Amino acid sequence: MAIAARTNKLYAGRRRRNNLMMGLACAATLFGLGWLVLILGVLVWEGFSGLSLQVFTEMTPPPGAAGGLLNPIIGSLMLTALAVAIGTPIGVLAGTYMAEYGRHDRLTSVVRFINDILLSAPSIVVGLFVYEVMVAPMGHFSGWAGAVALAVIVIPVVVRTTEDMLLLVPNALREAAAALGLPRAYIVRRIAYRAARAGIVTGILLAIARISGETAPLLFTALNNQFWSTNLNAPMASLPAVIFQFALSPYADWQKLAWTGALIITVTVLALSIIARALTAPRKTT
Amino acid sequence: MPSTRRQLVTDIVLQGTATEVAEAPSRAKVLRRLRLGDALFRIITRTAAIIVLMLLGGVIVALVSGSLPAFRAYGLDFLTAEVWNPVTEKFGALAPVYGTLVTSLIAMLIAVPVGLMVAFFLTELCPMWLRRPIGIAIELLAGIPSIIYGIWGLFVFAPFLQQTLQPLLIGLFGNIPILSSIFAGPPYGIGILTASLILAIMVLPFITSISRDVFDAVPPVLKEAAYGVGCTTWEVFRSVVLPYTRVGVIGGVMLGLGRALGETMAVTFVIGNAHKISASILHPGTTISASIANEFTEAVGDLYTSSLIALGLILFFITFVVLAIARYMLMRIERRIG
Repeated sequence: MAIAARTNKLYAGRRRRNNLMMGLACAATLFGLGWLVLILGVLVWEGFSGLSLQVFTEMTPPPGAAGGLLNPIIGSLMLTALAVAIGTPIGVLAGTYMAEYGRHDRLTSVVRFINDILLSAPSIVVGLFVYEVMVAPMGHFSGWAGAVALAVIVIPVVVRTTEDMLLLVPNALREAAAALGLPRAYIVRRIAYRAARAGIVTGILLAIARISGETAPLLFTALNNQFWSTNLNAPMASLPAVIFQFALSPYADWQKLAWTGALIITVTVLALSIIARALTAPRKTT
Repeated sequence: MPSTRRQLVTDIVLQGTATEVAEAPSRAKVLRRLRLGDALFRIITRTAAIIVLMLLGGVIVALVSGSLPAFRAYGLDFLTAEVWNPVTEKFGALAPVYGTLVTSLIAMLIAVPVGLMVAFFLTELCPMWLRRPIGIAIELLAGIPSIIYGIWGLFVFAPFLQQTLQPLLIGLFGNIPILSSIFAGPPYGIGILTASLILAIMVLPFITSISRDVFDAVPPVLKEAAYGVGCTTWEVFRSVVLPYTRVGVIGGVMLGLGRALGETMAVTFVIGNAHKISASILHPGTTISASIANEFTEAVGDLYTSSLIALGLILFFITFVVLAIARYMLMRIERRIG
């Protein structure tokens, strides 16, 4: 009897502990999701009221005047496009080497390690790097420097996804092509790339999502520009830099525009990552 | 069109056995061209891989050469001096380094337990149909750009803390000897604690998604055996899943720490940019990345610029070590799971 009572008590204690921890886990999840709701809620609330056609058709205003975000939007689009144009080929080719040619190389394992470090390296350091190699020698801030800084962030993302996706392509496909006498470069370009296309595109989309909100590497490369400019040799406006400047200013209408810009960026980034996810979602049909 | 031409080239090779002897020279020529293209493509991809290596080398060389003037002027005192005076050109890294470490430490103290509990929920408790939506929501949280956290922190979170949590902490610990200096007022709103809390929110999804992945990789047999001998869900998690995935979890935590250390924009908005070390975590402070972001474009004189780049070098060194450990740990668990 005494033993039974003791085990019962022990068991009740274990159950209590289990329930407590399970409750805590649920609470932690609600806590985590709560922030997402809170941040997006405030963003939509504050940003939506400032959203109008004017935002997309007018330049950034001086304090106290009405205006829009046309020049930073165009600047961001140009910088992003250039960065992707520079970074994607390098990233895809490097990923190709790692997955197709040097699968068991020393070089590959070193590059994979370094690439993973670059993937999570602080982006402000990338800004300092590009400042040292481009801005300081050229003597002025420029759109080109901003694009290169963003490209440095694009490359590791694309390398990683390209390698992963090419590794997923079944070897039987390559062997079948090789048995037909196709040279290696053909197998890579016409068979492996084709089979891994959705995955590689996903990588590029994720890279775009990543750089469209990056601010730190632009602060001292592309700097910012109050006026309309598409000259890549001059400082260039970008949405994140304008948000940074306007949000920290004391003027209410600048702060309003900063919220609107923040909403535009967030919607873009979230849309890109949802599209990317949909592209690689496991298909039901097998 | 180039693509049809290329197809033709392969066609010639593939049909090679059927072609006449008279065409043999042209076939050899085509084959040689293919082999050349093959070698060329290999070289191009290899070059791209080497460019990735050179990027890291370039970052290190640029930072070291940029920070030389500062280290030459101050020597190793740069690391231990708290002074930061642009007017007299006296610079020291202690305050930003301290701020970086303290904000990241507090952020990890909050984010690690919460992140692990969320992963526990997702892998053991959550009904199947809810797993994917919640997983995606957590990953969206990771995708929000840091400047959004910054602007939200400045306009919404900091004023909220100023009115609620901070006065509460000051009142609660005001009479306890050591804690009273850690939580010494007044409630500024912005400051070390606010920055740490925002970092915690930002790092949370990284820790959650990596630990969820490694928890999912635990062989079901192990868990089933533990349930079989009568373990509760929590005991299975605590005594089977966690020990089995320890290395991977530490890797994920280190990866999150790497993020927290280098995070710039979210911190810059709410830290207050004060180059001094104060005992109270409610006071404004600064971090390495926030100092660089705030001051770099306004830095006048080579020594000022160079000091900021030297700060960047220190940050890069710290994150490099942390990330290298993280990758090593994650590689080890990947190898074990296979």
